[in-house]
Amino acid sequence: MEDYSNYPLQLDATDRPMVRFQNVTKRYGALTVLDNLNLDVAEGEMISIIGPSGSGKTTVLRMLMLERIQGGVIYVDGTPLTHEAKGGKLVEASERYLRKAREPIGMCFQHFNLFPHFTALQNCMEGPVQVLGLSKKEARERSEELLEMVGMIDKKDQHPSRLSGGQQQRVAIARALAMRPKVMLLDEVTSALDPEVIGEVTEVIKKLVKEHNLTIMMVTHQMGFAADISDRVCFFYGGRIEEQGPPKELFGNPQKERTQQFLSAVKSAD
Amino acid sequence: MTYWEFLSENGGRFFDGTLTTAAQFFLSAIFAILFALIAGLMKLSDNVFVRSPAVVYIEIFRGTSLLVQLYWIFFVLPLFGITLEKFTAGFIAVSMNLGAYGAELVRGGIQSVPKGQWEAAYSLSMSPAKRMWRIILPQALVNMLPPWGNLLIELLKATALVSLISVADLMFEAKQINGSTFLSAQAFGTALIIYYIFARLIVTPFMRWMERVMARKMGRV
Ligand SMILES: Nc1ncnc2c1ncn2[C@@H]1O[C@H](COP(=O)(O)OP(=O)(O)O)[C@@H](O)[C@H]1O
Ligand SMILES: [Mg+2]
Repeated sequence: MEDYSNYPLQLDATDRPMVRFQNVTKRYGALTVLDNLNLDVAEGEMISIIGPSGSGKTTVLRMLMLERIQGGVIYVDGTPLTHEAKGGKLVEASERYLRKAREPIGMCFQHFNLFPHFTALQNCMEGPVQVLGLSKKEARERSEELLEMVGMIDKKDQHPSRLSGGQQQRVAIARALAMRPKVMLLDEVTSALDPEVIGEVTEVIKKLVKEHNLTIMMVTHQMGFAADISDRVCFFYGGRIEEQGPPKELFGNPQKERTQQFLSAVKSAD
Repeated sequence: MTYWEFLSENGGRFFDGTLTTAAQFFLSAIFAILFALIAGLMKLSDNVFVRSPAVVYIEIFRGTSLLVQLYWIFFVLPLFGITLEKFTAGFIAVSMNLGAYGAELVRGGIQSVPKGQWEAAYSLSMSPAKRMWRIILPQALVNMLPPWGNLLIELLKATALVSLISVADLMFEAKQINGSTFLSAQAFGTALIIYYIFARLIVTPFMRWMERVMARKMGRV
């Protein structure tokens, strides 16, 4: 049993990133995917996570939204997410606590995962109505505004099966935004798309970064895009952060050999 | 006696029997869907105390004959202080039997919904109940409808067994008419035709219509 008495119940206002991974370990059975990960993401920061396949990039995002961890603590907005305070001590969070703690986080997936039995608009309204308790009218206004922003207002009454991949992903982004998250997780949101529609999704993400004060964690294989819009790029290798820094430095002058190898391999693949 | 004379003489009884069969069918169907839903959901639970009763129910009712179950519910349960009227015992037995088969359809239908749907619903912070009702079950239903169509036909046929505890359904009336007229071909032939019409002109078209409605809900038209 890990001793959690060294972990604060609440992060101090002077040292309070939007997301903090503190000594986080994630295992699947006997396989340790992330070992003792430490990572802070500041409020409003946009970080890109790059690295070879299987290096644990998706797992970093999934721990925030979908998975339990086996060691350490994750804090969101200063409050523990994976643990809750009971009698002045941190204990593993209950299902209910976890769900509540994840409310300020939104996630978009590689394969969109839109609800096929709802229209684009209904997809966006579902969370606000069913979870946040907004009236249908409020939820519709909010959703239409977001669909407008992602350029999908004309297709709001279409079901996902009638939309292209790029269109579905834009609706999925609007759906996540409709919950007014503070943190957005984007897991390879362009990887399943045809090359010619990737641009329409990256445009939307650029807009997000510019116009919303969101904290964004994005896993991507598009180095050029990551270089363009990130405040910081983290290169993952074998479940650890091998190297990180502003895109100019990481892409322009990588220090570690593995980073150099990875970047040149990606470049020659292009 | 021509067949028309036979029909005009016994039509009223066939009609009454058909109404009873229809009532048995609708009540059994409703309860079978209910039992299937409850047992199917319970069987998917992580909690063994929730899962086990469902497993036992499904095993017992699929593993033994409906006729024996019917006799148990009508003749044996009274010994334990639970007495059901024959009409009630009839549709309870049929619905519990077919519900056990339906539970497997429900379980399979739910499991066929992609994991990404659960994750998307979870990432909107939907409660477990809302996740199931609003996101997973509607999609599971689409996958389940064709096999449910077959199951409801089976259910209709199975209701004929309730005649054996003297519920005056179509089969019971056919037997009575046969007993008094000795016109077996006409008596059972008529019953056969009515069962067939019921299945093919009411149950099957209804299920096809449901499939179309669901396809439209999925935007697949
Ligand atoms: N549900 C799971 N069960 C077992 N192993 C998993 C599971 N999910 C991921 N892994 C393993 O964890 C490692 C990291 O996976 P992932 O985070 O998806 O990598 P990436 O996104 O960088 O390609 C891989 O070795 C993968 O096989
Ligand atoms: Mg991945």
